[in-house]
Amino acid sequence: MIGGLFIYNHKGEVLISRVYRDDIGRHAVDAFRVNVIHARQQVRSPVTNIARTSFFHVKRSNIWLAAVTKQNVNAAMVFEFLYKMCDVMAAYFGKISEENIKNNFVLIYELLDEILDFGYPQNSETGALKTFITQQGIKGQHQTKEEQSQITSQVTGQIGWRREGIKYRRNELFLDVLESVNLLMSPQGQVLSAHVSGRVVMKSYLSGMPECKFGMNDKIVIDKAGKGGVTDDVAKSTTGKQSIAIDDCTFNQCVRLSKFDSERSISFIPPDGEYELMRYRTTKDIILPFRVIPLVREVGRTKLEVKVVIKSNFKPSLLAQKIEVRIPTPLNTSGVQVICMKGKAKYKASENAIVWKIKRMAGMKESQISAEIELLPTNDKKKWARPPISMNFEVPFAPSGLKVRYLKVFESKLNYSDHDVIKWVRYIGRSGIYETRC
Amino acid sequence: MLCFHVCAGEIFELKAELNSDKKEKKKEAVKKVIASMTVGKDVSALFPDVVNCMQTDNLELKKLVYLYLMNYAKSQPDMAIMAVNTFVKDCEDPNPLIRALAVRTMGCIRVDKITEYLCEPLRKCLKDEDPYVRKTAAVCVAKLHDINAQLVEDQGFLDTLKDLISDSNPMVVANAVAALSEIAESHPNSNLLDLNPQSINKLLTALNECTEWGQIFILDCLANYAPRDDRESQSICERVTPRLSHANSAVVLSAVKVLMKFMEMLPKDLDYYGTLLKKLAPPLVTLLSAEPELQYVALRNINLIVQKRPEILKHEMKVFFVKYNDPIYVKLEKLDIMIRLASQANIAQVLAELKEYATEVDVDFVRKAVRAIGRCAIKVEQSAERCVSTLLDLIQTKVNYVVQEAIVVIKDIFRKYPNKYESVIATLCENLDSLDEPEARAAMIWIVGEYAERIDNADELLESFLEGFHDESTQVQLQLLTAIVKLFLKKPTETQELVQQVLSLATQDSDNPDLRDRGYIYWRLLSTDPVAAKEVVLAEKPLISEETDLIEPTLLEELICHIGTLASVYHKPPSAFVEGSRGVMHKRLPARTGSLVSVIPSHTLSFFLGGDIGGSAAMGAGFGAVPAVMPASLNAPMGGGLGDLFDLGGGVGMPLGAYIPPKTVWLPAMKAKGLEISGTFARRAGVIQMELTLTNKAMSVMTDFAIQFNRNSFGLAPAGPLQVLSPLSPNQTIEVSLPLSTVGPVMKMEPLNNLQVAVKNNIDVFYFSCQYPISMLFVEDGKMERQVFLATWKDIPNENESQFQIKDCHLNSDAASNKLQASNIFTIAKRTVEGQDMLYMSIKLSNGIWVLAELRVQTGNPNYTISVKCRAPEVSQCVFQCCEAVLKN
Repeated sequence: MIGGLFIYNHKGEVLISRVYRDDIGRHAVDAFRVNVIHARQQVRSPVTNIARTSFFHVKRSNIWLAAVTKQNVNAAMVFEFLYKMCDVMAAYFGKISEENIKNNFVLIYELLDEILDFGYPQNSETGALKTFITQQGIKGQHQTKEEQSQITSQVTGQIGWRREGIKYRRNELFLDVLESVNLLMSPQGQVLSAHVSGRVVMKSYLSGMPECKFGMNDKIVIDKAGKGGVTDDVAKSTTGKQSIAIDDCTFNQCVRLSKFDSERSISFIPPDGEYELMRYRTTKDIILPFRVIPLVREVGRTKLEVKVVIKSNFKPSLLAQKIEVRIPTPLNTSGVQVICMKGKAKYKASENAIVWKIKRMAGMKESQISAEIELLPTNDKKKWARPPISMNFEVPFAPSGLKVRYLKVFESKLNYSDHDVIKWVRYIGRSGIYETRC
Repeated sequence: MLCFHVCAGEIFELKAELNSDKKEKKKEAVKKVIASMTVGKDVSALFPDVVNCMQTDNLELKKLVYLYLMNYAKSQPDMAIMAVNTFVKDCEDPNPLIRALAVRTMGCIRVDKITEYLCEPLRKCLKDEDPYVRKTAAVCVAKLHDINAQLVEDQGFLDTLKDLISDSNPMVVANAVAALSEIAESHPNSNLLDLNPQSINKLLTALNECTEWGQIFILDCLANYAPRDDRESQSICERVTPRLSHANSAVVLSAVKVLMKFMEMLPKDLDYYGTLLKKLAPPLVTLLSAEPELQYVALRNINLIVQKRPEILKHEMKVFFVKYNDPIYVKLEKLDIMIRLASQANIAQVLAELKEYATEVDVDFVRKAVRAIGRCAIKVEQSAERCVSTLLDLIQTKVNYVVQEAIVVIKDIFRKYPNKYESVIATLCENLDSLDEPEARAAMIWIVGEYAERIDNADELLESFLEGFHDESTQVQLQLLTAIVKLFLKKPTETQELVQQVLSLATQDSDNPDLRDRGYIYWRLLSTDPVAAKEVVLAEKPLISEETDLIEPTLLEELICHIGTLASVYHKPPSAFVEGSRGVMHKRLPARTGSLVSVIPSHTLSFFLGGDIGGSAAMGAGFGAVPAVMPASLNAPMGGGLGDLFDLGGGVGMPLGAYIPPKTVWLPAMKAKGLEISGTFARRAGVIQMELTLTNKAMSVMTDFAIQFNRNSFGLAPAGPLQVLSPLSPNQTIEVSLPLSTVGPVMKMEPLNNLQVAVKNNIDVFYFSCQYPISMLFVEDGKMERQVFLATWKDIPNENESQFQIKDCHLNSDAASNKLQASNIFTIAKRTVEGQDMLYMSIKLSNGIWVLAELRVQTGNPNYTISVKCRAPEVSQCVFQCCEAVLKN
């Protein structure tokens, strides 16, 4: 298991050091600094073995978090734990920065004592932790016995993510379907790979211990239901694309996985406040919101001509926003002239790219940019690698085609029903890594 | 070590603050102390003052003091005792959070006196009414076990811990499982976890209810269970599969581990087996959208899974395409998996991608991409042509390392598809000057030599390399020597001068024994029998295999059992990087039930399982059941003679000595300024000896003898100095016996049993090489248990089996067996089928390699057949030669 946990600043100074196991000595702190933080080369692996001691590290801005062990630990668990620790710290004091860590070091030690025991991760749900690890320093004698046992049963219980007795005057639910669409396209316009990775993020403000059921246009569920009735064909013919094929999905720990496995229904008691209900991935029938058509011509040794056309491919009534096209330029670029029909384009020498920004663009439209790039002659034999043209945007629909069918809330003990809950649903599609080779 | 000394003034100030009456001031002071501790300052001098602050009802302050205690108690054990009372008192506190805190901290203080006091509170806490205290106490047992294992056993904590597996609270169960698993690792045979269908059921129930971390502990524990049959294994798989949808990647990977392991037991024709295979792909792909560090862990594991069960991800090639801004460690791993998944169906896409990668900036990545193109050509024959043209395009870029890498792989393509792509040689030759890496130079020289007849100016090209012969690396020198000899054999008339030149460079001016030996061999071959030389040097080469760098099957199986852990990231067994006893136990995949038939040849099977397929009634009773003594006379009516009197199984060997080959001349006098050495090897009472005869044929006295070995296949090295006590006068001969050890440096030799020796005397240093009979390395305890033999035989893949003929041997099987036993080749069992005797034999080499063999002796037929099976198939040939020598002498 994890033998110790260290946090360093960018210079390699130790900010936090907590050792859990006897086989990890003080020299381990220095070994990581010398061999990884101060190493001249690029980091070639997130796991490093130095003198039979293994170091796992992640970086958040310029803070290094390292877990150390001498055993054959579960490596995936160690990384998951490090991410989780970052989340917990962020939930307590915001951004993970040197200053915040220094100011909160007592709290961090307290958290580390709680969420990692002898190197074994324990309950690390922020909701539960915040009930008994507070920056004010709880005073044991001020709590009643009931309160104490409620805390401990929540920390160790089956529903560790929600406490009893939550009350809201207005029961409300916000549901965001956030998708990032990823594309790799060849210069000829052939899709090399495309997938959508989506998240369903919820904010729930519900009283009591509500039981929720979430439904979407999952192909497997729709097909199963369709077999029973005759209406299926009719429905399909009237609304076009009915259901989507989900390649894989993962759920928040509140979702009953065995129920999903057997009935493919998503039921859960939600945590209070904001959380990520599920993640999913689709690869079939993706709506690609934009198509990028590049044309790069080398005119002699000192000049490049670039023309890029973008086409929007969705309903004309919808508007895409925050569109940005990034056209890489060679390292030896000396000057660039750009002409674009829409938006603003600028050559950014420090980033070696032309950045073309368009605020808004409706569906089924097309726009174009052309640029002349002048190059300094070099005797560098190495050819320019031609990095792909990348794109950023935001669209108000789900490129995977996912639709929320229902979200039902049942709370038998309190006197509100599904109808009384105010529900909000929103779809946002963003570009993930959206690249076209040129 | 970074250690600051805190100045006395600072300590003094802190001391005053710690002893202040004001609570706030106290707390601030303790905070300052902890801050100094973090950066490595020594604040142990404040121990009594800090401990004094422990008696407080402020929980935050208490935790800070505990933190200090955990750090310094070990260095100040006497003072740490002061804290015991508070701990014991806290363990009785009405607040469960404080009880748990006390027991958790006490377990972290590694001071014997405190540990003694821990037992009673721990016992209470393990049975506490509050689950939070119980789950903390469960982990505390593991802590205590780490400090004092005996104490934990004596106090009966292990039983209490086992009871917690049935606890009503899932988190208590999970922590108990984690603690027990850890303790069990240091007692590999204790059966501490005692997994049975009932306890497994409890674990599976807890799995649905506990935290993500608890699920990992339980799944990792489940993976160690061996289901009784395929039905049980299927039902566990069914209950584990829902975990594949968990958001925590570690839960997913641990579930994959359980499934990969238990799947082994399912019959392949089962519907469920196919369903399971299909269910595994999507979660594995999803792991690739996690954060990069986790992607890396996932990819290293997928690399193993793809080797074990390629069918799972065969349609998922695209997800392994490299993204422009993937970290380099993710890129390299993806590339590796792409090559493994490459097949005829997807080769076009893969090649297009690889070509793209070959123009990236990271040198390692580009090299690997170029190499990958070559691998594709070798793996998928239909793509070879396209691969070659892609490589040619890349050579045109003139990027130095790309060109060199391309040439190295083109050499392999030539070997795989002889006489097909030689048209590209002209393009390759254009790049001769830019090659500066030995591997690329050697590859190019090989190509020129191999196709010398088609390259008009081959002699000029090779000559150009010859100019700086001594500055080249050995690899290049050896290749150049061979290439020029090849050229000479193909175009003898024009290249006589060139070959003379290279031979003299290699033999006279070089001090590298490899190079010189090869030079001499060629020289002699060419001068004595050019026809034979042609046959040797221009012999047809065996084709190279398509899959390279696959992980060896037994290691792969072990690594599959370690999915998700560091071992799977390093691709090394835990014993390679974990110290001490922990995790050193090797894990194995369970055997598929009822699938033995496919693994062992049927005649062996019937023999071991007692069936009568082979028709031998006498041996029908089987192997495992019959006690060690074999009724040898019954089985071998033809045998008679000495053999029958001896119990084969009992190990009372014949008084025959081990086989010692006759002495041969290793170093002729004319080569060594008058010193002639002949010798042989022997194994006597477990000691390997080199027996030498030194003769002085020179005119002067020889003194100061010393001997040294080059690195060799089995690490042979002199165990002491060469004992030549008196000077060796002219025409005198002495016999010396040199004991050898097998702990010297190891390097694989060709042939395997080759030994290069240097002998020094007052005149000069002389080199020679000799071959030792491998039987010298057969150790005395090489007799395998029968069950182990059975298991090992079926464990070794069939392709490692090789068969040889021993001709003209007129011994009966028992005499043969005795003779072999004298050389530590042990017969484990014998049976007779239709006049044919079969001997099953085991051999253990000094480096721990086991060799299994089956010797078939047909009555009246002087030709024996021997099948040799070994995990290291390269020794088979040597073993056979050795058996032959032993039997014929």
